Amino acid sequence: MALGLSVIFGVVRVVNFAHGEMMALAMYLTLALFTALKLDPLVSLVPVAAALFVFGYLLQLALINPFINRPEHSQFMLLVAVALILVNLQLIVFGPDAQGVRTAYSFDSFQLGPLIVDAAKVYAAAAALIVAAALFAFFRFTLLGKAIRACADNYQGALVVGLDVKRLYALTFGIGAACVGAAGAMLMAIIDVTPAIGPAYTLLAFVIVITGGLGSMMGALLGGLLIGVTEALGGVLFVPSAKSMFAFGLLVLVLLFRPQGILGRKHL
Amino acid sequence: MGRVLEGVPRRGLALAAAVLALLLVFPFFASGYLLAVAFLILYFAYVGQAWNIMMGFAGQLSLGHSLYVGLGAYAAAALYVHFGLSPWLGLGASLLLCAAAGAVIGILAFRFGVAGVYFAILTIAFAEFARIGFDHFNWVRGSSGLFLPVASYAKNDLWNLRGSPTMFYYLMLALTVGAFIVCHLLLRSRMGYYWLAIRESPEAAQALGVNLFRYKMIAVVISAAMTAVGGVVYAFYYNNLFPEQIFHISRSIELILGPIIGGIGTLAGPIVGAFLLTGLAEGLRELMLRLGIELPGVKQVFYGLCLLAVVMFLPDGVWPPLARALGLERKARD
Amino acid sequence: MDRRTFSRNMALVGAATALSPFGIVRAQAQKLKVGVLLPRSGVQAGIGQDCHRGVEVAAGILRELGYPALEIMSGDTESNVDVARARAERLISDGAQLLVGAFDSGQTTAIAQVAEQRGVPLIINVAAAPPITEQGYKFVFRNFPTAPVILRDAFANQLEIFSMTGQAPKTCVFMHVNDTFGVAMQKGFTGVMSKFTMPYKVVDTIAYDPAARDLSVEVAKAKASGAEALIMVSRLNDAILITRELVKQRWDPLAVLSMGPGWYEDQYLKTLGKLGDGPLSFVPWYDPNKKLTKQLEAAHHKAYPDINLNTNHVYTFEALLVAADAFKRAGSTDPKALADAIRATSIKDNVSPGPGIQFDAKGQNDKLKNSAIQNRGGKLVTVAPKDAANAKPEVPMRPYSKR
Repeated sequence: MALGLSVIFGVVRVVNFAHGEMMALAMYLTLALFTALKLDPLVSLVPVAAALFVFGYLLQLALINPFINRPEHSQFMLLVAVALILVNLQLIVFGPDAQGVRTAYSFDSFQLGPLIVDAAKVYAAAAALIVAAALFAFFRFTLLGKAIRACADNYQGALVVGLDVKRLYALTFGIGAACVGAAGAMLMAIIDVTPAIGPAYTLLAFVIVITGGLGSMMGALLGGLLIGVTEALGGVLFVPSAKSMFAFGLLVLVLLFRPQGILGRKHL
Repeated sequence: MGRVLEGVPRRGLALAAAVLALLLVFPFFASGYLLAVAFLILYFAYVGQAWNIMMGFAGQLSLGHSLYVGLGAYAAAALYVHFGLSPWLGLGASLLLCAAAGAVIGILAFRFGVAGVYFAILTIAFAEFARIGFDHFNWVRGSSGLFLPVASYAKNDLWNLRGSPTMFYYLMLALTVGAFIVCHLLLRSRMGYYWLAIRESPEAAQALGVNLFRYKMIAVVISAAMTAVGGVVYAFYYNNLFPEQIFHISRSIELILGPIIGGIGTLAGPIVGAFLLTGLAEGLRELMLRLGIELPGVKQVFYGLCLLAVVMFLPDGVWPPLARALGLERKARD
Repeated sequence: MDRRTFSRNMALVGAATALSPFGIVRAQAQKLKVGVLLPRSGVQAGIGQDCHRGVEVAAGILRELGYPALEIMSGDTESNVDVARARAERLISDGAQLLVGAFDSGQTTAIAQVAEQRGVPLIINVAAAPPITEQGYKFVFRNFPTAPVILRDAFANQLEIFSMTGQAPKTCVFMHVNDTFGVAMQKGFTGVMSKFTMPYKVVDTIAYDPAARDLSVEVAKAKASGAEALIMVSRLNDAILITRELVKQRWDPLAVLSMGPGWYEDQYLKTLGKLGDGPLSFVPWYDPNKKLTKQLEAAHHKAYPDINLNTNHVYTFEALLVAADAFKRAGSTDPKALADAIRATSIKDNVSPGPGIQFDAKGQNDKLKNSAIQNRGGKLVTVAPKDAANAKPEVPMRPYSKR
């Protein structure tokens, strides 16, 4: 999920404040597929990601493209409005109660010596790594991927060279959205969805991405790991209810001393 | 007085006077409901103006302004609850605390070159910090909430800010008008020009010798301190504070909607924006009622759509085109 | 029907009413306008909409009981304090003579101030923060226990259960959500516990963030404390999360003693299936043996067959019951008269456990008793106190691995 945000910001330079809400949307889609077709969430990953890709692509083309060169606060407003609409549509359509998916492995756990590891999380983590690897390969090795990276590095240059930047931006947003879709599907295997969970995830995504480095995929992965560990440690060593504070503390430190994030590139 | 009014188009003055007169007599013929709504509008207009100083004038996007509202509110409220200290005195503590908080954020951000989106996220982090921190802060009752003892509503005690909604309305009105005048004075002062330069082109400004750090800091501190006052009034109007609610990011977003929709960097923008947005929300609710739609969430969807429309088609906000239409174009810049 | 017939009918009705020997019937023919304020959207939407179910079934039952009709005006507080206040003002401006609401303590406080200022009675359905009825209000009434009372009954019921089953944990770990309710409960816990001789001692207290998405750390900590039983104050989502963690981390406590919402809610039972059986919840509940309860259950089941009757429905219903009862006794819609009538309320034939509904000088119903319920076979049974119970408690809880 953070990967998606990283890609979107790194390339399109738009801060997606509707990120979490889009993920909630993905989760509801996964739920629908599960209820209707009994598809396991990790299998739904592909169709849900595809659906979100289309959503992201269209969103970018229709609404966001005109905003690329507008000041940050306009972009922010746009996506806040989108988030608001998404959340309340979800409330109307799905109702406010938490809904979840129960798979065969929902309650399994593996025991590795003294450690007990949650099976569902392991599967989801594995899926996440596969998606990350696929994304990485895409950006490294395909022509399209390279074109997108070119846009990120140098907007003017890309235009000069003849790349259809607007379409590539839409594509990128679509890819970012697809990541979100995948994340939503994976998350459905672990937690329940309500219309209200969007905002917390948007915030989390930002914390992770900034800590790890905007525009760097390894950074997003690293950031996710780091934040997860920090919160867990903070919870164990200090007061659990304040563990988010540690994540924010880390964020502030990163912002101050290494704003491009731990693995980010120097150009912002 | 003459200096204050110098350069203001006559039409604008007349309009402002008319609006002010209307607002002064409003409580006499308004129902309790309209009064409550009016208070909200004025509150958001006031806080919006405070925020606008940081953003519109100095170009720093703060998405964690609820930090100052909360700090200001808690400082005065806690002093009142624990020591019976009048909010006018507690205000001093609130101002100091918020100015300090703003200064800290400013120093951290500007010394380390955190700008734009990153600055915005820094402000979010601080607000979240406060939210979680105050949840554990037992002197202000933490997450069980700080309740102010409520006296009778029969008499208006201005010193302790205990009284009828009408009293609060006039207080808020005074604050909003005051803020308007302050912003006006600031804009046309030398500092206002420096801010404009910093906003439009920081490098050029620096090249011309403008001390970026100092003026950005001043904007942040003024903005924070002004917001604190809003927080104090809020605390005494509602008589209860919960960290979860007052420091929440949704409140930060709420209070910047007005200036953005109204027009960032303009004087009347935040006021027009607050009026429009609250009016829109209440209007939509009325509409839903009339149409018999009782589905929760529908109003917010339409609200979001309206926001979307404004942001897309009126990128500078509602006020600039409105001002042009009313023939209130300022002579020189802006 | 054409206009002539219509007017003729109206004339007949008018004549019938005028000729009626009971003049007072005329006054009662007007309905009482009740403004119901609930968070129907926003973060608390789930609970607000659930409370509203209590409103929907109320009309039919109140009519059957012979109470005068209520005209319900709904207001959505949108889980926001500003909106709550504005809505309350609006409802009063639109003619509401009585308010009911609003679940959230912060929003309820704002509404209470409006009610007090405008002299319109407010009947609080659900909100446990003690300060609301400590402000000296004359127009605010609460038919819901405060946190200290919930705690007091929790201990009493626990003792009863331990003696009935002959089982009691020697050590407990206390986990609570770090929000208004959770902290209030935790603060009162030790104080109230000292008034009882409980067989266990609390070896660790763990607080967690209400917005937490993952509680594996907290549960691990709890398990590591070596306690025999788990005492909980949580919300619905946390309850599900924690139960999942209990299963995954392979910890089978002797008992789960919950003193808050979550562990008995429909979503919990539905999501966890047979893994949801066993936890004991010490909460404000209903008395299954009372006559009105059976009536409410029947109506509720007819309207919502998939949803168990719960606290939200019951107390919202009772708030409307108080309103209707006060209206009947006052015989007028004047808010001041209504407030006086409410203060004199004495309804013995009600749904919640205890001697009935009545209010003390502060406007609080301090005679409410709280129950202990247990999840069994996907349903809920009341196991304590004995005179309000319909089943026997099962302790220890069947280990998760054996289900």
